[in-house]
Amino acid sequence: MEIVLIVIGAIAVLIILWVIGVYNALVALRNRVRNAWSQIDVQLKRRYDLIPNLVEAVKDYMEYEQETLQRVIEARNQAIDAEGVKAQGEAENMLTGALRQLFALVENYPDLKANQNVMSLQEELTTTENKISFSRQHYNDMVMTFNTRIEQFPANIVAGMFTFGQEDFFEIGEAEREVPRVDLR
Amino acid sequence: MTQDDGQRTMGSFYAHISANKRKSTFLVFAFIVLVAALGYLIGEAWMGEGPGFLGIFGIVAIVWSLVAYFAGDRMVLAVSRARQIHKPDDPELWNVIEELCLAGGLPMPRIYLIDDTAPNAFATGRDPEHGVVAITTGLRSKLTRDELQGVMAHELSHIRFYDIRLQTLIGVLVGLTALVSDMFLRGLFWGGRGGARRRRSGSGGGEGLLLILAILAAVLAPLFARLLQLSISRKREYLADAGAVQLTRYPAGLAGALQKISGDAEVLEVANRATQHLYIVNPIKSFEKRAKNLFSTHPPTSERIARLKAM
Repeated sequence: MEIVLIVIGAIAVLIILWVIGVYNALVALRNRVRNAWSQIDVQLKRRYDLIPNLVEAVKDYMEYEQETLQRVIEARNQAIDAEGVKAQGEAENMLTGALRQLFALVENYPDLKANQNVMSLQEELTTTENKISFSRQHYNDMVMTFNTRIEQFPANIVAGMFTFGQEDFFEIGEAEREVPRVDLR
Repeated sequence: MTQDDGQRTMGSFYAHISANKRKSTFLVFAFIVLVAALGYLIGEAWMGEGPGFLGIFGIVAIVWSLVAYFAGDRMVLAVSRARQIHKPDDPELWNVIEELCLAGGLPMPRIYLIDDTAPNAFATGRDPEHGVVAITTGLRSKLTRDELQGVMAHELSHIRFYDIRLQTLIGVLVGLTALVSDMFLRGLFWGGRGGARRRRSGSGGGEGLLLILAILAAVLAPLFARLLQLSISRKREYLADAGAVQLTRYPAGLAGALQKISGDAEVLEVANRATQHLYIVNPIKSFEKRAKNLFSTHPPTSERIARLKAM
């Protein structure tokens, strides 16, 4: 009789340890998801800060391209003001488009191409665009890992007990689904 | 890329990665079992002390592994004439790697440039916190930004999948196998079985059979160990390719780079047999031609490119 009680007790302890283990793992995963989300904002902010520098650098050389420069500044300001994931995504894509146009024009100005400042700014902007994409990709990967974990058996039992909800993927609307491979050269 | 991509479709990098990891684990396990069996067999035949011998064998293996584990990266870099670079030295290279670390949630590795016109790259480091990647100036100048990123993604994947750790372990096992077999065979040749007299006289025929088995094992084991090592190495190369696609989501980048590298006939001077397995493409060019056979550390480049295009 005693042995039965001991065995039951041992099993209970093991189950509790397992629950704790899964709970902690889920917490860690969820925090990675949140971290990945804020990484996106870090990269976006970098881009907003870099753009005025770029415009300043090229402005004097590109007297006849004021319109394009204006468009870039406007797109940037709109992107900063955009509210909500969808609006932000759209504004971001417009900004990428405007930047692409600007760099296409830079090709026509040999003085600019020889300018080290402009070239390194171009690299910085390219990498910032990429980092925004990659941070979104990482966020979605983390969401996928987390969602899969809380949906799969037997971890879903623990997830249900402690209200671990599914996280949302970062998605842009259908029209903007084409993610540009950014190489601003 | 939609989130509900069929993960079971062969050709997707997810499928490649999980299949590969399973096979590698099995191979390593089989390896350890075989080496242990060898040690036991030799110990029994030689000194009648199978378990004891195995114990000493095990201790030597652990010590050797620890040394290789901790000192490994420095040795490789010293051999390869590499110099460390930081962001101001090469912003594009730095940025490319930084982007990949963002995609994979990895810390930045140390980055080295090797002064050599032959195109190649390698990675070392026991875990991502101690990661090191290196690229030759020859390769650096030949690649577009996307191709460079593909190559770096492949190298980072070696680090994040702990391939260096794995191959260090395997290297130790292979070395030990060769060493023990060699000692045993030499011992036989020069002086006969030292411990034989200590054993009680038992079935004479049994002893003889044991001895023959042990000799056979000692002769064949180093060869099999090496073949197993090479098989594991090739599998991990495919795994790193799939891992690269997982990071970049752009197989064409790495495929393009492999194309460029394989087209180049130049031999990488600083590489030698000891370090060849670390490079992205086998730097000892004569092997490329016989790449389909069992003796290559890398799978044939054409096959790698084909798999990438199917992802």
